[in-house]
Amino acid sequence: MGLKIIVLAKQVPDTRNVGKDAMKADGTVNRAALEAIFNPEDMNALEQALRLKEKYKGSKVTLLTMGPGRAADIIREGLFRGADDGVLLTDRAFAGSDTLATSYAISCAINKIKEVDIIVAGRQAIDGDTAQVGPQVADKMNLPQVTYAEEIYSAEKGKIVVKRRLDRGVEKVEAPLPCVVTVNGSAPACRPRAAKLLMKYKHAKTISERQNESEDYLNLVNDRPYLNINEWTVNDVETDDNMLGLSGSPTKVKKIENVVFQAKETKVLSDNEGDIDELIKELIDNHTLG
Amino acid sequence: MNSVFVICEIDEGKIADVSLELLTKGRTLSNTLGCKLEAVVLGHKLNGVEEELFPYGADVVHIGDDKRLDPYTTLPHTSVITGLFENEKPQIGLLGATPLGRDLGPRVSSALKSGLTADCTALEIGDHEDKKEKKSYKNLLYQIRPAFGGNIVATIINPDCRPQMATVREGVMKKEIYSPTHKGEVKTIDVNKFIKPEDTVVKVIERHMEKGRVNIKNSSVIVSGGYGMGSKENFEALYELADVLGAEVGASRAAVDAGFAPHDRQVGQTGVTVRPKLYIACGISGQIQHTAGMEESAMVIAINNDSAAPINKVADYVITGDVMDIIPKMIKSYKKNSK
Repeated sequence: MGLKIIVLAKQVPDTRNVGKDAMKADGTVNRAALEAIFNPEDMNALEQALRLKEKYKGSKVTLLTMGPGRAADIIREGLFRGADDGVLLTDRAFAGSDTLATSYAISCAINKIKEVDIIVAGRQAIDGDTAQVGPQVADKMNLPQVTYAEEIYSAEKGKIVVKRRLDRGVEKVEAPLPCVVTVNGSAPACRPRAAKLLMKYKHAKTISERQNESEDYLNLVNDRPYLNINEWTVNDVETDDNMLGLSGSPTKVKKIENVVFQAKETKVLSDNEGDIDELIKELIDNHTLG
Repeated sequence: MNSVFVICEIDEGKIADVSLELLTKGRTLSNTLGCKLEAVVLGHKLNGVEEELFPYGADVVHIGDDKRLDPYTTLPHTSVITGLFENEKPQIGLLGATPLGRDLGPRVSSALKSGLTADCTALEIGDHEDKKEKKSYKNLLYQIRPAFGGNIVATIINPDCRPQMATVREGVMKKEIYSPTHKGEVKTIDVNKFIKPEDTVVKVIERHMEKGRVNIKNSSVIVSGGYGMGSKENFEALYELADVLGAEVGASRAAVDAGFAPHDRQVGQTGVTVRPKLYIACGISGQIQHTAGMEESAMVIAINNDSAAPINKVADYVITGDVMDIIPKMIKSYKKNSK
């Protein structure tokens, strides 16, 4: 029997490639200069889900993301790689959420999807690096969790077997389904887009994105319902409003400071043997080396 | 006054360094607040473990000793910590930002609906004025952490929910004996009160841990490589240089992401914070994420083919050129001059 798998993914600014133009003259981050990407470890999670789908016939992979309208981009990225459908959870009511409020909103959306066997997510997102949303979704749904996963060996007979990558070793664990698995960056990279799927889904859109489309396009979606990316607002999921957004977030940001470096007095050396020899001698003489 | 709690972790049969670092920080915080510092240790066969903790200033050590708590699995630990925190009502709860702490912390904070700030680089006590709600708060925990790839530093507070929870990476705080003769009280946790039968559904089938892991944190010289090294093969040159100098090899996040080096060698905000006597940065551009983890090095040499690389700003010496050409010259020079 097939598995019902949800992949949690986040669209993030590409903080790994903060170039010289990423900081404004006043020292603040120029967010516009950072590309919005599919969070890298969520890609590793998607790959694990797609492998399970191949292994267990009849499985279905649904990508779930919470974010602004443009986050539909990463659902399309998922569809191009083999996900079956996607849900964009988007509403101003979710704005200002810390990890706890985010996890709560996501768990409410998963409850709406129902009868899920496995929820996979990246271990953490590169914009916050907190690694909290996976475990907190598990807690909100009262499910077991397996974090730091590197490979899902099997998911059958109500059990999942997973290899975990820890700081200095590996662990093989068995957990009952349903459960939440968060995947490490050391797991296999995600497959590239498939040309066929790219053709099939390139016009997939959310209802908001369809607003200004021609009648021809709307007819096309009627014929091909898979071109619809589900867009859910707070009204589409059952929630306790007090647990959403700012009011559902116990942590508050008191202050944000930009990091400014104090330049040191720097000696510039050439790469010729003489210069390097001088430096090494100096380091040995002042007992930095040896 | 409610206490400061530190959840301690066992590593190779001893209390992990990160836990002792947190106790040292926790002692300072509890002195500022005028409250007790309490440690929690969960595991199996923990006889005498409190003796490791008292010198670091613990006033109370809570011990939960049960075979269901070793090896670590999420649910039994969550149930015990959540239950203990509900009874003891700590104002602050600290954990290491280790795989264990980052698995357990979010789960406990979700169960208690308290906040959790991950990977803090500083913890301070301070007040807060909420102008909108016209409320003022005394003695909150300022949880200071980098965000956005290290380009900003945020101060996070948790005004209304308790405990105020935070995780801190190994090596970020200093470990210091408070008093070798300091003694406290041992309290045994009745774990049967907290662990539910359904908590033991996750089983560890196999476990392979390497002994004496790479510990670049304690090395006085670090040779570190970045994405600019180009390949895993080129990283071999760094191991060679490190071997000659008696150093350890570190790596930037980009190099680790590219598979040039294993994660346990990663220096920076999402890796280890290091303060060696000498840090040699090879092919590292110097994103804040990286420099934040090494800028306290006593001396920095940056080797890079980009004379405008940001790493040069934190370097004492800059050598502009091809790393693969410069490293052999350094090896040769050191061998010649060290005799």
